[in-house]
Amino acid sequence: MNEPRHGQTLSEQIFSRKLGRPVAAGELVVVEPDVAMGHDSLTPGIIKIMREELGISRVAYPEQIVLVMDHVAPASTVGTANAQAYIREFAKEQGIRLFDIGRGICHQVLVEEGIAAPGKIVIGSDSHSTSYGAVSAFGCGMGSTDIALCWGTGKTWFRVPQSLRIEVSGSFNIGVDAKDLALWLCRQLTIDGANYQAIEYHGLDNLPLYERQTLCSMAIELGAKAGLFPTPSYVGAPGPGLLKIDHDAKYARTFTVELNQLEPQVAIPHSVDDVVDLSAVAGEPIDVVFLGTCTNGRAEDIAKAANIIQGRQLKTRMIVSPASSRELQRSLADGTLQTLLSAGATITTPGCGPCMGRHQGTLADNERCLSTGNRNFRGRMGSPESKIYLASPAVAAATALTGVISDPRLVGVSGNQIDQPFEVENEYV
Amino acid sequence: MSRIWKFGSDVDTDQIVPGRYAPYMRPNEDVGTAAFIEAHPEFNRQAKPGDLILANNNFGCGSSREYAPLALKRRQIKAILATSFARIFYRNAINLGIPLFVVPGLYDQVDDGVEADLDVAAATLTVDGSRFELPQLPEFAQSIISAGGIVNYVREHGSFPGEKSRMAVPQ
Ligand code: SF4
Repeated sequence: MNEPRHGQTLSEQIFSRKLGRPVAAGELVVVEPDVAMGHDSLTPGIIKIMREELGISRVAYPEQIVLVMDHVAPASTVGTANAQAYIREFAKEQGIRLFDIGRGICHQVLVEEGIAAPGKIVIGSDSHSTSYGAVSAFGCGMGSTDIALCWGTGKTWFRVPQSLRIEVSGSFNIGVDAKDLALWLCRQLTIDGANYQAIEYHGLDNLPLYERQTLCSMAIELGAKAGLFPTPSYVGAPGPGLLKIDHDAKYARTFTVELNQLEPQVAIPHSVDDVVDLSAVAGEPIDVVFLGTCTNGRAEDIAKAANIIQGRQLKTRMIVSPASSRELQRSLADGTLQTLLSAGATITTPGCGPCMGRHQGTLADNERCLSTGNRNFRGRMGSPESKIYLASPAVAAATALTGVISDPRLVGVSGNQIDQPFEVENEYV
Repeated sequence: MSRIWKFGSDVDTDQIVPGRYAPYMRPNEDVGTAAFIEAHPEFNRQAKPGDLILANNNFGCGSSREYAPLALKRRQIKAILATSFARIFYRNAINLGIPLFVVPGLYDQVDDGVEADLDVAAATLTVDGSRFELPQLPEFAQSIISAGGIVNYVREHGSFPGEKSRMAVPQ
């Protein structure tokens, strides 16, 4: 490959390596993505488009495709059960990897399995595919027709995006973490602040993987095409290559954040960019707390909540959906789940849980939920009359303890307890 | 003549079709019946084939669910005009062959419920005697829409727009 004349953004680096020539933002390119993921919610429709509209009976590259059953897992109706049976049959017939019910949320499973890895291009039938940027993969959500075309032909097209640089300095205050930063970015940049662009996160070299996943999963909430971290030193290199920030790269915009200024943030109904400091909504009653999703369902998130809750009883219902079977096992091994169960929490099958309002905790009319998820659109978790607030696992725990939106620093636990997750081994990085 | 249905900014895909109404959850129903079922019941009941949607910023933000634009296509919405579109919705709608127009400034000049005449090919909109010239999408997007969507495009051309090599797709 010829060396480009000027520096490249992380996205430009990935597309240039893939194509074997330097490409720049704005170019329209056709590539073979390394991975094309489908989940149970949309895969039956994708198969139908491929077979019936495109007229292709066999996928181009079975090894390019990954299927995950996470959106309604296990099946809740005859319809979803039939759809899942159809997906299993398709996977078997075409020789495609399938992670069945209970394995976890697609975005978590692909990272754990090393399928999403540095330098790879990963497309998925899910907007939160931006999550793969946590391991320096170009992760991008697409609709069913695009995924069907990729399964059938092996290819897709991209416009190489311009990039928005988030330049972070300082360190998080006690009780503040990557979720608060993600919500702060929504608040400042708004829901279309990165439309058509890729986001790069600079200055967070020591941020652990699970918090990188929190930030990248929410890149889409700014409208971004991808959300990318440079490859940290603790990640090996199973993918096509490590990514380093190129200081001569051209960015469409740079936005700076001083972490020490950040307070706990809460998104209020019904938009993810309607975000306030927690103090503005502290004391508002909550009926149910949901801890989970591709944004905040990892063992560290669950442990953060358990540390705050430890030894006390919950005042609200609390639904905990671990992001994967592996995260569930990690939470089991260190006693976290015991802590939460003793306090009165409910644990679901690893997967999306009630995030989309389909099962395992659909909201009633006028119910108020505080969720660690990523979207609080009207009706997303159930009744259009219900209300969803978004916050961090620490705020979720404090709120479940008191029954009202609460600051984790004000519920009688030490700063140490708030910010020291149980020691958790992280083998997949 | 088409009725204009006006929507504000940041209309998300959960409003267009809530996840609970996805084809996955209602395999035997036409997804078109779920269009704006909770967010705009009047649209859901009364929108007619040939009607137009006019929205402000960031129409279609949120999830990648193609069944959101598909529901509007099934309702035979003639075109969607907006100040801006969210990326995935924009791509999905073009892939489905739904005419889109990105029209800064139009939103404040046209009222909800009025009758309008849209000439898609000429990219003009006539409302109450005033004629608006609409900016056209980039050429690759237009070529997909005029083929009737990306599936037809690829079947006709054997390649993606702008791609030189042909691929193995049944013609
Ligand atoms: S957890 Fe929620 S946001 Fe994440 S993939 Fe599942 S449904 Fe989507």
